Amino acid sequence: MSSVLQAVVGPFVEFPFMRRALVATWALSLGSAPIGCLLVLRRMSLVGDAMAHAVLPGAAAGFLLAGLSLPAMSLGGFVAALAVALAAGFVTRNTPQREDASFAAFYLIALALGVLLVSLRGSQMDLMHMLFGSVLAVDDAALLQIAVVASVTLWTLALIYRPLVLESFDPGFLRSVGGRGAAVHIALLVLLVANLVSAFQALGTLMAVGLMMLPATAARFWVAGLPAMAAVAVAIGVASGTLGLLLSYHAELPSGPCIVLVCGAAYVLSVLFGARDGVLLRQLRKPVHLTR
Amino acid sequence: MSLIEPMTFMNRRNLIRAAALAALPLSAQTQTTAAAPQIVASFSILADMVREIAPAALLVTSLVGPDADAHVFEPTPAHGKRLAQAGLVVVNGLGFEGWIDRLVKVSGYAGPVIVSSRGITPRDAGKSHGHRGADPHAWQDLALARRYVANLRDGMAERWPQHQAEVKQRSAAYLERMAGLDRQVRALLEAIPRAQRRVIASHDAFGYYGAAYGVDFLAPQGWNTHSEPSAAAVARLIRQIKQDGVRALFVENISDPRLIQRIAQEAGARVGGTLYSDALSAAGGPADTYLKLFEHNTRTLVAGLTA
Repeated sequence: MSSVLQAVVGPFVEFPFMRRALVATWALSLGSAPIGCLLVLRRMSLVGDAMAHAVLPGAAAGFLLAGLSLPAMSLGGFVAALAVALAAGFVTRNTPQREDASFAAFYLIALALGVLLVSLRGSQMDLMHMLFGSVLAVDDAALLQIAVVASVTLWTLALIYRPLVLESFDPGFLRSVGGRGAAVHIALLVLLVANLVSAFQALGTLMAVGLMMLPATAARFWVAGLPAMAAVAVAIGVASGTLGLLLSYHAELPSGPCIVLVCGAAYVLSVLFGARDGVLLRQLRKPVHLTR
Repeated sequence: MSLIEPMTFMNRRNLIRAAALAALPLSAQTQTTAAAPQIVASFSILADMVREIAPAALLVTSLVGPDADAHVFEPTPAHGKRLAQAGLVVVNGLGFEGWIDRLVKVSGYAGPVIVSSRGITPRDAGKSHGHRGADPHAWQDLALARRYVANLRDGMAERWPQHQAEVKQRSAAYLERMAGLDRQVRALLEAIPRAQRRVIASHDAFGYYGAAYGVDFLAPQGWNTHSEPSAAAVARLIRQIKQDGVRALFVENISDPRLIQRIAQEAGARVGGTLYSDALSAAGGPADTYLKLFEHNTRTLVAGLTA
């Protein structure tokens, strides 16, 4: 028993970099899992992925101008992703094209631009840092940024919770009672981008979306209702971050992919065994319907 | 200054083309050779040594250019052609340029090949990066590099007897400068207590340097420089730094500079600058000649150890 405890707690006690990585993934889950739930409810699950790629040209521009500097890359990524979101929203509102198509178009343009910018200076190595990040290299500044973004996210969500939920389910009703749907929508996009930008320092653009979307999609198989779903998603994210780091430590595997793969395992398990609409449960219930 | 830039793409067809180029009409070849007999060295450090002592009338070029890795060099037809037209070929030996024998053969070059490390008793490299048995990086000890110069001098004097006096005079001056630098390096390092001269270097090329000047170069255990490290690898490196009392890290190949900073900070070591091992820096860089490379490495080491 004590050896199990040693295996779980030991790495975090011995190494500050493990504690930092742990705190970083916990804080990231706290902020981005609720955002993920909202995206799932609004059928915008793939928008997170698109936004994550849209961060790249801005981060690359920041990198070109200021080197490997956290504020420059974060600001650049934030501006670029927001520009893509607003441009896609503009096309959606003013043309018959649907949002998924316009998002796809703009994020692909942004991704190509980002790769181009990165290759202007830096080597492929630099691009790899941006795509994959390193949760093991989180320094004070990055940790502070992640914590601030998580706090701001939770406060803002609490503040605009009612109009946000209304806008997600019944935008027509929100408009009819005088709510400003567009402002709420934009606030959600800003929060989404802020969370992705703070996560990409730690996990890289590819993995940041994993910690946001996978726990949210898994939570749906356990509970109903947005607050419960968000809580379960945060719990799954926190557990996956912890397990992923331990897996990376004991099995000698890269940390970022480990964390996201544990999230993925949580999703698959939820789909199979979830208490709400899980595959297994539906199979068990089937005969009841057949013997009517 | 190398005239040839390294090229990294190579396949069998290129090799065949290299062989074909070597069989070009003789007239075309003799025309260029007549203009200026070339000395072709296998890599940039050797080319610089040759340049220091070669007769002024001769052109010296390097197959593997500055800032390029001789371990993964991929010869192109142009390299084969250059060899075919060479008046003298100079290599390091000790298995450093595994590709050179075949390249010389397909190029059709039939003249002498000077092995500059001839007569040196090599260190055992252990299992480090591909060289089994002998450690080829003998130029990382100035005393052994003097042997290189002697071999080069004798080989050149034999190849071009008419330049013998000039080569002798230039090599004597160069050897003197090397001896002076050797004393300087020793003085700089001896100012640091022997027990504190422990560093981690990612490239396992400083065995001769460490043995000659009393510096322990430890290899980072379990690092694969091409992939994202696991938490276990980072933890192991931190433990190693603490346990072995390592003062400085010289790990320029590890992918993420932020990670290195983190590791050093956590383990209580410093991140040193770049050590040049197998290639000179580009012209105008901090290590664009062999002697400057040696001095730069020593000053970088001392700075990392004493701060």
